[in-house]
Amino acid sequence: MHHPMTPRMNEEIKPTRLNPPARAAQPSAASPSAPAVPAGPPAFDVKNLCVWYGAQQTLHDVTLQVPTRSVTSIIGPSGCGKSTFLRTLNRMHELVPGARHSGEILMLGQNLYSPEVDATVVRRRVGMVFQKSNPFPTMSIAENVLVGLRLNGLNDKALLRQRLEESLRMAALWDEVKDHLGRPGTSLSGGQQQRLCIARALAVKPEIILMDEPCSALDPIATSKVEELIHEIKKDYTVVIVTHNMQQAARCSDRTAFFYMGKLIEFDETRTIFMNPANPQTEAYVSGRFG
Amino acid sequence: MSVAANHRYRKFKNGLMNTLAIVCALLVISPLGFILFYLIRQGASSINWAFFTNLPAPVGQVGGGMANAIVGTIELLLLASTVGVPIGVLGGIYLSEYGGERMNDWIRFWADVLNGIPSIVWGIVAYALIVLPKLPGFSAYAGGLALGFMMIPLVLRTTEEVLVLVPRSYREAALALGLPQWKAITRIVLPTALKGIITGVLLAMARVAGETAPLLFTAFGNSYWNRSLSQPVAALPLQIFNYAISPYDDWHRQAWAGALVLVGLIFCLSLSVRFLSREKR
Amino acid sequence: MERFFDAELEKLRSQLIRMGETAIRQVRDVMKALVEGKPSLADQVIAADDELDRLEVEIDDEAIRYMNLRAPVATQLRLVIVGMKASHDLERVGDEATNIAKRVVRLSAEPPLKPYIDIPRMAGIATDMLRGALDCFLAGDAEQALAICKRDSEVDEINRQLYRELSSFMIEKPETISRALEIMFISKSLERIADHATNIAEEVVYLVKAKDVRHTEEVKKTGVA
Repeated sequence: MHHPMTPRMNEEIKPTRLNPPARAAQPSAASPSAPAVPAGPPAFDVKNLCVWYGAQQTLHDVTLQVPTRSVTSIIGPSGCGKSTFLRTLNRMHELVPGARHSGEILMLGQNLYSPEVDATVVRRRVGMVFQKSNPFPTMSIAENVLVGLRLNGLNDKALLRQRLEESLRMAALWDEVKDHLGRPGTSLSGGQQQRLCIARALAVKPEIILMDEPCSALDPIATSKVEELIHEIKKDYTVVIVTHNMQQAARCSDRTAFFYMGKLIEFDETRTIFMNPANPQTEAYVSGRFG
Repeated sequence: MSVAANHRYRKFKNGLMNTLAIVCALLVISPLGFILFYLIRQGASSINWAFFTNLPAPVGQVGGGMANAIVGTIELLLLASTVGVPIGVLGGIYLSEYGGERMNDWIRFWADVLNGIPSIVWGIVAYALIVLPKLPGFSAYAGGLALGFMMIPLVLRTTEEVLVLVPRSYREAALALGLPQWKAITRIVLPTALKGIITGVLLAMARVAGETAPLLFTAFGNSYWNRSLSQPVAALPLQIFNYAISPYDDWHRQAWAGALVLVGLIFCLSLSVRFLSREKR
Repeated sequence: MERFFDAELEKLRSQLIRMGETAIRQVRDVMKALVEGKPSLADQVIAADDELDRLEVEIDDEAIRYMNLRAPVATQLRLVIVGMKASHDLERVGDEATNIAKRVVRLSAEPPLKPYIDIPRMAGIATDMLRGALDCFLAGDAEQALAICKRDSEVDEINRQLYRELSSFMIEKPETISRALEIMFISKSLERIADHATNIAEEVVYLVKAKDVRHTEEVKKTGVA
């Protein structure tokens, strides 16, 4: 029986950049300002999510829907719960002892936290890129990119080679490293390492990519390369990015969620959040008046 | 005091403390220096090729060696590792990756207690477990077990320490890729900490290599080559002990040589630890 | 939380207000010059136009610098944009006042065609609209601003009526043509001034509500020509 949470990483590869796979027909935008709404369930449907670490409640009653094939950014001052929220989306918050939650999260229509669902399978469908790049030090560049596939049992050499090139191309790193894929992952510069980590996350072909402040340790040029990359991959992936850099949220994302003190204050199209937010707290934050 | 005088006083105080620190450092390493010097003076003359290749000869006969003791020590160390390393490393993995706060505190406490147990007690334990029930009696197995018990707390603590040093972000990255926790540990965390774990194992080996008491009634000693691990086996510390308490000069000289070889062995182990700990590139 | 950069925006606002006051004063002065027949006052108005030009450049400069260096968003961004647009409108008001002043100088050489009633009335409405737009800008009142937009039709109506009157005047008495033409152009300038006041009111609505109401039904002129 086809398990509901089977990841798609074992699927036959259609080269995504040459022939985009046929998607459910999307209504073309009537006006340039309204983004096309993809058909199907939202990437995440969060309902009344509350999270506690021990006795401390970090998220209060969060409800929102993340649409597929778009970039959603999460902004807010330090300690507002945005990283916690991100980690509930791939069940990484469970790694903290004493973590518990209430409420429901549906991923593409399926309950993320139901007892039959295995967290490791979830994490193959939802990739994550961290704030500080962390390529595995004992592995080469190629091994780093393919580690998610190899250690999950994929051994077909041809497929692996293809995925390697594909992922590195998507991460805009192929041209820079194609001649020395055997070098250790840690021999790259900071920006390259982060793109390597992104390639590593992309290689397992998740449907959703979560990014936790991916550019905060990068210089402006590396940052702009990563933002370009996000813009490219959003055609095929859903991206949720936590950022403390509001200009980045304004540049990259289609929708923006503003969190403050563990509560979702406002969630709307990015241009509304930055041009005419409904909530005065949002306005104060994006204008830089606090945080 | 004038400014200049103040300055001179402070310089003098500084110089005094510097000298004091250097003297203390010298005091600390001078016993080692004396020991090495004395060992070399007493034992170097007996070190020759025969020493390394010949079996012990009866009193009076020239040309005896400690070949079997050297090989025996190595055998015992390897056997001890088969006991000490798996248990210690797995325990270290538990402490670092799986254990809860309170459980870990208990385990560490008991490991420290075990570490402090006198080595002869381990000998007795091995004696009771293997020698007494004739399973198979005085043997390399018994000696290896006793030494292995001693290695466990050492390997446990060093393994835990190096695993804890592996940054959390590697584990998170591995888990975020959808790897089960055991795979994340064995394929990502352990390889990263491997050098440190090996260092810990070598240090533990260096520690137990020189233990004599637990071998007294487990390995028991052997004047001949040890043909099977279930037979008694010679070991350098045992041999040194036997020769040293004997009334024969020749054997005394051999004991000095044996001591020198033993110290040399431990020195080599420590050197490889330093080498491994060196940052390459 | 008062921040350093908010002081710069405050400066922008007060410069805009000052520009508005100057523009209103120009229109009032030029009307006074026309009605009381004082060409010297008209000359003053012409000379004072430099101040408005200078203020426009200053405000634009401030606004661009602010956008460049402070990357404003939301209300602050809209304020900066409105500042630039409104300063342009006010500078055009000043230019129209200057045009009127030049015609006043020419008209003062001859006796008036008839007592000036409609022209000052138009000017009165136009300056009311300007004043109202400035007040709405200060108060952040979008409703009042929309009401101002609707008054533009009054001015248009007077303009059309004057046009008809003066046309028939000119046909009947050809010797009055030059004066009548001047008055027609003055009327046109005042109608343009009212249009600019409408623009500023629309910009205030954008500032307060983030809604662009230009050319929409809400501000479409009521009444038909």
